[in-house]
Amino acid sequence: MQKRTLLSGQKLQITIKRLCHQLIENHNNFNNSVLIGIQPRGAFFADRVHHELSAILKNDHIQKGNLDITFFRDDFRRKDGLVTASSSTIDFIIEGKQVILIDDVLWTGRTIRAAMDALLAYGRPERVELMVLIDRRFSRHLPIEPNYVGLKVDSVDSQKVKVSWEENDGEDKVILLSEKQ
Amino acid sequence: MGAEKLSSRHLLGIKDINRNDIELILETAANFKEVINRPIKKVPSLRDITIANIFFENSTRTKLSFELAEKRLSADVINFAASSSSVSKGETLIDTVNNILAMKVDMVVMRHPYAGAGQFLSKHINAQIVNAGDGAHEHPTQALLDAFSIQQKLGDVAGKKVVIVGDILHSRVALSNILCLRKLGAEVMVCGPTTLIPKHIASLGVKVEHNLIKALNWCDVANMLRIQLERMDIKYFPTSREYSMMYGLNKQILDNLDKEIIVMHPGPINRGVEITSDVADSKQSIILEQVENGVAVRMAVLYLLASQNDM
Repeated sequence: MQKRTLLSGQKLQITIKRLCHQLIENHNNFNNSVLIGIQPRGAFFADRVHHELSAILKNDHIQKGNLDITFFRDDFRRKDGLVTASSSTIDFIIEGKQVILIDDVLWTGRTIRAAMDALLAYGRPERVELMVLIDRRFSRHLPIEPNYVGLKVDSVDSQKVKVSWEENDGEDKVILLSEKQ
Repeated sequence: MGAEKLSSRHLLGIKDINRNDIELILETAANFKEVINRPIKKVPSLRDITIANIFFENSTRTKLSFELAEKRLSADVINFAASSSSVSKGETLIDTVNNILAMKVDMVVMRHPYAGAGQFLSKHINAQIVNAGDGAHEHPTQALLDAFSIQQKLGDVAGKKVVIVGDILHSRVALSNILCLRKLGAEVMVCGPTTLIPKHIASLGVKVEHNLIKALNWCDVANMLRIQLERMDIKYFPTSREYSMMYGLNKQILDNLDKEIIVMHPGPINRGVEITSDVADSKQSIILEQVENGVAVRMAVLYLLASQNDM
């Protein structure tokens, strides 16, 4: 197994800061915008973005929730997929809000498709945007494109992108795993 | 976190599943409880699955609860009540079910007056079976929802003291509850007149008490069972009035206890017999929460069973 580090430490921190400034450009003071992290791994990224945004804007009232998409997946009963759900915590109304969906890695787009379905069970947002840390471009199964991207990566199907977070995995790091040739 | 998959293909009884299974069901039920409190209470998981609810015995709560759980999971549902069917014309159980399965049904939820009907069926047909009560044997989803309700109310089941009061002898709810609570590490006591307590019940690891006040002072949770007059072929106690004087729970008893306990009842309630109205409607009673939790728990069971079968 070969490992290549794509992002880590300060570089990752700078990327998150840049994404936050892009968000502020479009959402001003977040009066009508909310952040939703996709469970399980997108929630860590959403936490970081939320923390950074609150610091930049000096605003403790930016709303953030977590969305579990397990029951909306399209691969249920099709493979040994994950059946164990995580919790959804959305303690606010999303009706009429601008929602920013947040996930760590965008690959086939199927997770995001499920997330949009899951989100609509909570109401009808005015607009839904997508922010990802890593975009594995040219590998989409569905016509889904992100609005905010940390890093674009060229990869093949056999490779894996793994995002670790200090609070969960001990360090901030994004690595690309490839089978040894 | 428990395991990711259930160890059994059917849910025939709590006896056949292990602690990991129970924990997985309760964790998944917590997720579904959040789902059924959303503005749109439906998820698409089982949209390609057809479930037959086959009830050879009367039921209101369980049948509605299963049907609602199935619909919230987007399954297709057919209902069958024995009273209005060809069973009265002499058709056998296997024939009845096979005819239903010929219509491409994936799962069967069955209630039957005879103990072991689910086991019997599981050996003869391919569909997955969920036991919704078989005679005086088991009622697994009721036990799971009772455990879930205790967990939601008290934070944990392990270490809690639960007393089951009333007609233990004829109660499938009692047996499933004892097995489930014991597997989760709770202490269990049964309380009732000698005639309604099975002779060897202590071998299940439960305490036996015949004095209601002592039992209530011991417990954190009291589960009050209904007297199942329809299953009693002989007299087990002189009169209902005498039973309710000795084993009925009223507000005065509840208020005189050393601590505040939680009162549960699997329904249907006979108000004034095993429990008085002011207790049933008090804030210590979680009877209606049990009903709400029942839908979430049944969604979890159906979802987890369905996930075992690849298309």
